[in-house]
Amino acid sequence: MNELIFFFNNVMIAGVVLGSIYAVGAIGVTLIFGILRFAHFAHGDMMTMGAFVAFLLMTAFQAMGFTTPFLPTGFVVLPIAMVFTAIIALGIDKGFYAPLRARGARPVTLLIASIGVTLIIQGLIRLFFGSGTWSFFETEQKQLIRIPVPLEGVTRTINFTQPQLLMIVATIIAVVALHLFLTRSRLGKAMRAMADNADLAQVSGINTKLVVRVTWIIAGGLAAMAGTMLALDVNLKPDLAFNIVLPIFAAAIVGGLGKPFGAIAGGYLIGFAETAAIFNWSVLARPFAGSLPFELPATVAIVPTEYKLTVAFVILVVVLLWRPTGIFKGAST
Amino acid sequence: MPVIELKDVVGGYGGAPILNGVNIAIEQSDIGVIVGPNGAGKSTTLKAIFGLLRVTGGSIVFNGEEIQNALPDRLVPKGLSFVPQEKNVFTSMSVEENLEMGAFTRTDDYRPTMEWVYEMFPVLREKRRQPAGELSGGQRQMVAMGRALMSQPKLLLLDEPSAGLSPRYVLEIFEQIVKVNKAGVGILMVEQNARQALAFASRGFVLATGKNRFTGTGAELIADPEVAKSFLGG
Repeated sequence: MNELIFFFNNVMIAGVVLGSIYAVGAIGVTLIFGILRFAHFAHGDMMTMGAFVAFLLMTAFQAMGFTTPFLPTGFVVLPIAMVFTAIIALGIDKGFYAPLRARGARPVTLLIASIGVTLIIQGLIRLFFGSGTWSFFETEQKQLIRIPVPLEGVTRTINFTQPQLLMIVATIIAVVALHLFLTRSRLGKAMRAMADNADLAQVSGINTKLVVRVTWIIAGGLAAMAGTMLALDVNLKPDLAFNIVLPIFAAAIVGGLGKPFGAIAGGYLIGFAETAAIFNWSVLARPFAGSLPFELPATVAIVPTEYKLTVAFVILVVVLLWRPTGIFKGAST
Repeated sequence: MPVIELKDVVGGYGGAPILNGVNIAIEQSDIGVIVGPNGAGKSTTLKAIFGLLRVTGGSIVFNGEEIQNALPDRLVPKGLSFVPQEKNVFTSMSVEENLEMGAFTRTDDYRPTMEWVYEMFPVLREKRRQPAGELSGGQRQMVAMGRALMSQPKLLLLDEPSAGLSPRYVLEIFEQIVKVNKAGVGILMVEQNARQALAFASRGFVLATGKNRFTGTGAELIADPEVAKSFLGG
């Protein structure tokens, strides 16, 4: 039983946490692809930037003597950080991508431009914050929540941190809000229409520039959320989310590009797969070690931790062989 | 006063002009049909009216106002709607959502218009929750027309509404177009089924190499031996 709880802590909880971050990041990637038809490579750095915005806000709040009784200040300032990052995302679009689109640039040109934006954001962050790591919990305590399992002989507890719990709640709220927006509101439907058929959306009189702006606002806001959640779970550094931009893209593609629910499914699929792949499965077999005809090795993991990132690509390849446009049948071009 | 009047329109996609002086004028009570051989600039004329390509010469007057090179999001509120030939429905969205997108530019209550569209195309009411991509070709064409009608246009531009439909549906779509016109919407359409379309057109325009070759009522054009020989297949 203790081994099962160990499994629950290390695969299920860690998988939900990682999956939530991937999912929220991948929604932004998939929305931008659906509307603007290019792979926004700088999305990871937009997440990092959002986390730094939240960090600055937290520092400012704390300097003003503002404290929150139950929640980490970094989480309380998240909505403000989302607004700021959305504004910065609009500015990035206006400054870099919109002029290229106005000249009829092809998607690959926009992709290259977004790599440039990646370098700019990372450079600016290093300029102001250096290349070290920062923590949201210098002055505050990261609360650990332990839930005892009321069974005989069980000594292990189910463990997770308060930020992890908040992250899952925030993800659920964001996903429900996005769903309602896309299926109920006029602008949300216009976004789906434009992702479905941009020419027809224009012909219908839909204000496509407005839709593009709304897309950046949502993508920027969600990027700040994903980045801050990640930084609350680990530590803040200039390449925080750049390192996970590839699994995020894999999640968006696995789910079907342009499909927000595909991105969520893809995010959790890859999140769980990664945590399951690096889990030491030998632990689960330990209670039966005596009755096994061979000696149980100390470590039985599908891949070593350092190779965690490869899992995303294995899943990508397998899913695309089975469904070439992703689980939710997204765009292929 | 004509609802739309094109005078010596010249335009193209940036290279050599495709339209070399197109003249079209129809009333809101008319069904105008543009026919002509492939490459004559029929669809291009509709796109020029709807601001989808650059007009470099001549004028387009809609409802007394010059509109050349205005973009669709300005034209739709003025009362102009366009149904493209291909990919003219949002396949992943429901029939009802397709209609809602046609009303995007409206700020008033569009439900009476939706009711009107459902009365005109009853099959759409039955299928309103289905994704438009799951419908048959003829039904999709109705969704496309319904979407365009949601902005309460004065003039509906239709690019080959019968393309790809079986003969049985071609007649049905033509009947629907007459019904829409009787409800007070002017129609300007491009058709490959030239003889069939001219038969119910009140105005006909034969284009060749981007210019008018013949202009008249539908009946006049069908009766003209030269039009019949060169453009209607004898």
